[in-house]
Amino acid sequence: MTVMEQRDTRTAPVPPPAWQPRTDPAPLLPDAEPYRILGTDAAAQADPELLRRLYAEVVHGRRYNAQATALTRQGRLAVYPSTTGQEAAEVAAALVLQERDWLFPSYRDTLAAVARGLDPVQALTLLRGDWHTGYDPREHRIAPLSTPLATQLPHAVGLAHAARLKGDDVVALAMVGDGGTSEGDFHEALNFAAVWRAPVVFLVQNNGFAISVPLAKQTAAPSLAHKAVGYGMPGRLVDGNDAVAMHEVLADAVARAREGHGPTLVEAVTYRMDAHTNADDATRYRTDAEVEIWRAHDPILLLERELTERGLIDEAGIRAVRDDAETMAAGLRERMNQDPALDPMDLFGDVYAERTPQLREQAAQLRAELDAEAEGGQA
Amino acid sequence: MTTVAKPSAAGSVKPATMAQALGRALRDAMAEDPSVHVMGEDVGTLGGVFRITDGLAKEFGEDRCTDTPLAEAGILGTAVGMAMYGLRPVVEMQFDAFAYPAFEQLVSHVARMRNRTRGALPMPLTVRIPYGGGIGGVEHHSDSSEAYYMATPGLTVVTPATVADAYGLLRQSIASDDPVVFLEPKRLYWSKDTWNPERPTDVEPIGTAVVRRPGTGATLITYGPSLPVCLEAAEAAQAEGWDLEVIDLRSLVPFDDATVAASVRRTGRAVVVHESTGFGGPGGEIAARITERCFHHLQAPVLRVAGFDIPYPPPMLERHHLPGVDRVLDAVARLQWDQ
Repeated sequence: MTVMEQRDTRTAPVPPPAWQPRTDPAPLLPDAEPYRILGTDAAAQADPELLRRLYAEVVHGRRYNAQATALTRQGRLAVYPSTTGQEAAEVAAALVLQERDWLFPSYRDTLAAVARGLDPVQALTLLRGDWHTGYDPREHRIAPLSTPLATQLPHAVGLAHAARLKGDDVVALAMVGDGGTSEGDFHEALNFAAVWRAPVVFLVQNNGFAISVPLAKQTAAPSLAHKAVGYGMPGRLVDGNDAVAMHEVLADAVARAREGHGPTLVEAVTYRMDAHTNADDATRYRTDAEVEIWRAHDPILLLERELTERGLIDEAGIRAVRDDAETMAAGLRERMNQDPALDPMDLFGDVYAERTPQLREQAAQLRAELDAEAEGGQA
Repeated sequence: MTTVAKPSAAGSVKPATMAQALGRALRDAMAEDPSVHVMGEDVGTLGGVFRITDGLAKEFGEDRCTDTPLAEAGILGTAVGMAMYGLRPVVEMQFDAFAYPAFEQLVSHVARMRNRTRGALPMPLTVRIPYGGGIGGVEHHSDSSEAYYMATPGLTVVTPATVADAYGLLRQSIASDDPVVFLEPKRLYWSKDTWNPERPTDVEPIGTAVVRRPGTGATLITYGPSLPVCLEAAEAAQAEGWDLEVIDLRSLVPFDDATVAASVRRTGRAVVVHESTGFGGPGGEIAARITERCFHHLQAPVLRVAGFDIPYPPPMLERHHLPGVDRVLDAVARLQWDQ
């Protein structure tokens, strides 16, 4: 039979098995609109205690951002990448985790680490410039703040995978910005996580800009949450300023991971109200009008409105929360105004488990220089 | 190849290949310590493209010897997380130039995690990288990248040249609480050598260079794939009346200044031999260290015999690039013997 004759018979050839889709993409697709609770009818179902807790944490977080930014102006912090406007996502990321779980923050996510319970001064060690990581990551189950973009995501996957191999019921939540989703490590981490069905939650905070580059120049994807589908994991699109929605979606993703159903990618659509850091001039790349739109969608405002409308808080209650945040800020200010005691000999500590002969020589050199300095000072 | 003398040890000495010794080192490490995990592209069912990991997945299961997705940054990046949780990953990079996508993980996280966390997060992981030329590999399969790794504080960089060291150094690397870049000279994988399988760990510790051939007239300082070249050159030099000492560095970081300097002070002459490029290569650092320590003992400048400063050439031309016996002897001849 010739090829033409075969065609005439119209019997479809059996396609090779590789042509069959491996999974149905439909359940993995994110909603068309970011998921919201506050301001909708669903908010009536929100647990009052959770609302109050989220409100207190978000107000706290706002004050923390303001205080840290002020500390950069006083030269007490080398730099501070603010999460003003993003507090709902930061706080929710911390609150959905159990003590045994791990948080993998990016350099911007100091607030998430603080909301998880880390001493704010320890959390600011990197940004203060006195050491890189100011805490024991194992003790707090918080990985070091990662400055290279997205490189902490495969760490989260590896840790979660290792925990599961050991039979431990541990989830890793890894945070990254919209710019970080363009990095190769983002792709590799999501792919590994999905293939290994690792108990990981990826939280992308889409705050509109990677320093100055807007999302439209960052990606052509329908949304960042859509990126999940290509890896075979669900993507969830959430209003990142809605603390209740963030908490629900992240808690679902954590539960899903813990139950052995693998990773989830959550995109929080939010906005960075401040510049990239105190060293950046945001007026060069965005308009006041745009900022004003987001100001009306402030995470504190959304919570406060809900609590007030439901009669869950009054003026005195709001004042109490703000006073509490003020006390935290005053304490932080006072502690950060003390000069840290640094030992230059620490430079040679923990480069290796044991110092190499070369480092021993160099440590002796620095010791001699310090001694000479001290003698010179006395003379 | 030239048979390499081993430190004397009790028990029988048998022939074996470096590939066999490496495979057994992995197997023994995994058997002794359940936290040791082997991972990489093709390491499982296939047993690695060089068959170094052959049989490990079968014996220890796919959770302990894991075929990963093809992504070097992902392989090393996930290994970092596994090490954070108390495992001891042994990562295979398959070929030297394939390790470059993982370079950021290596330098930005692996190398400095202990330091940046003040010792709270050590990185007890080993990165196995088959390296160097001489096997007729096509582009990106023959690089010698040791200078990059040497320039990164926090990494230990070792490279065996003998079967005994292949086993012993790999076991030490896996047991180390620091990250080790373990460079496997792939052209020595299949050359037979003798070792003592009854006392396989009987080798000097990481950080120690070893005199493989004693001599009085000049010191050849080398490592990995160039050791057999130097030993052969030393034999040939005998005919010229040059008695050459040959040092196998074994460990590039930490560097054994003491053994190297002691030898050069005795011989007064030194040639550093390696495959990687001369400019910015390990030889420049080694020559500088020798000059700083031995200047008044030197009867000639410290010379380098290295690969040319070119991208690694195609296989049909690589013999012109790789330092061979003649090039080593030419350098030795330039050591001002008449003075």
